[in-house]
Amino acid sequence: MNVPQPYQVVGRDRETADTVTLTLEPVGDPLPAFRPGQFAMVYAFPRGEVPLSLSGTTPSGTGLTHTVRAVGPVTSALAGLRPGHHVGVRGPFGTPWDLAAARGGDLLLVAGGVGLAPLRPLLLRALDEPRDHRGVALVVGARTPADLLYRDQCDTWAQRAPVAVTVDRPEPGWTGNVGVVTTLLDRVPYQPRNTTAYLCGPEVMMRATARDLVHRGVPASRVFLSLERTMRCGTGHCGQCQLGPLLLCRDGPVVAWDRAEALLAVREL
Amino acid sequence: MTTSAGFLTGLTEPQRGQLLALAETVRFPSGARIFDEGELAERFWIAEEGSVALDVHVPGQSPPIVETLGPGDLVGWSWLFPPYRWHLGARTLSPVTARQFDAAAVRDRCARDPDFGHALTCAVGSVIGRRLRGARARLLDLYGPPRGGGR
Repeated sequence: MNVPQPYQVVGRDRETADTVTLTLEPVGDPLPAFRPGQFAMVYAFPRGEVPLSLSGTTPSGTGLTHTVRAVGPVTSALAGLRPGHHVGVRGPFGTPWDLAAARGGDLLLVAGGVGLAPLRPLLLRALDEPRDHRGVALVVGARTPADLLYRDQCDTWAQRAPVAVTVDRPEPGWTGNVGVVTTLLDRVPYQPRNTTAYLCGPEVMMRATARDLVHRGVPASRVFLSLERTMRCGTGHCGQCQLGPLLLCRDGPVVAWDRAEALLAVREL
Repeated sequence: MTTSAGFLTGLTEPQRGQLLALAETVRFPSGARIFDEGELAERFWIAEEGSVALDVHVPGQSPPIVETLGPGDLVGWSWLFPPYRWHLGARTLSPVTARQFDAAAVRDRCARDPDFGHALTCAVGSVIGRRLRGARARLLDLYGPPRGGGR
């Protein structure tokens, strides 16, 4: 669907000082169902449009949940919306997380910063389907404790699966881990050769994590990254999101490391 | 469902045995200071259980934590390189069980067995490299606001 559809904000939860989660319901017909890993182009009238990954589902099944960090004029406008306000939504766009690749094996989710948002619906689905997998583990890195997304939910998830959290800059009272996310790759249980890994966060963090996982024995074809370039049209026509032979709005954002590694090593891309 | 990484995986099985033969098991309560910045680095540890914080002395405030270590991690590397003094401090964040090594005895073993010494130096070098890469990555402030702004 390439024409923005009107959606109404029906919920707004503040996650951190600059990040909120919006729950949207369609005003008219809903867009086709989104799958974890896919993204929408969300229009804040009259500022403009930005790509936002699905960060959850709604009880109605027709709604969308997006977590948005205010880093520019459009995202700030979106983060300032309140219930009753309207947005335009196009989508779903892009490739979803390949959950089927992990069937029968271990799932390892590694998130950095707001990268936890696109992984949340995947985690929730995996936790709801425990018989499909041997185990699920989540590793999260954040700038500070105050920047951790879904903090209460992390505690709930930790009752159902191993969850390891680390921060770059601890604050007084923080009793958890300090350091980069790769230091936690030995702190959660998984069998590397039987693991499918899903990474989302800053590209530097994902490259380092992917290399470490492959070094530990996780097959490169089963390390999935959510890549980001400037998404504009969402339909593979404008070329703004080109990464070598890939148009990430169409061929991504989820790309396996065996395909992404060489492309991410080309500085011009 | 386990991973088997950690400092010792950098050594062969026989080398691991040679090193562990020099170890004794020690336990620290939560909140114990293991060593302080500037002290002679006469021992080192491999954590088996619990969590250890590496910190820096800053006058007038509680020592800021620069990194935390967990099971399998090497606690301290300054014992291997002159001037054999700790660059950071370390304290436990929980009850910790660790293998403790006498640094002089291990250095002596390295001097008498160059293959063992080379392997151990490489393993420690690998730890230092990982911590350096981590420190550099954190200097980039990757999770901070995008440079040049965003949309």
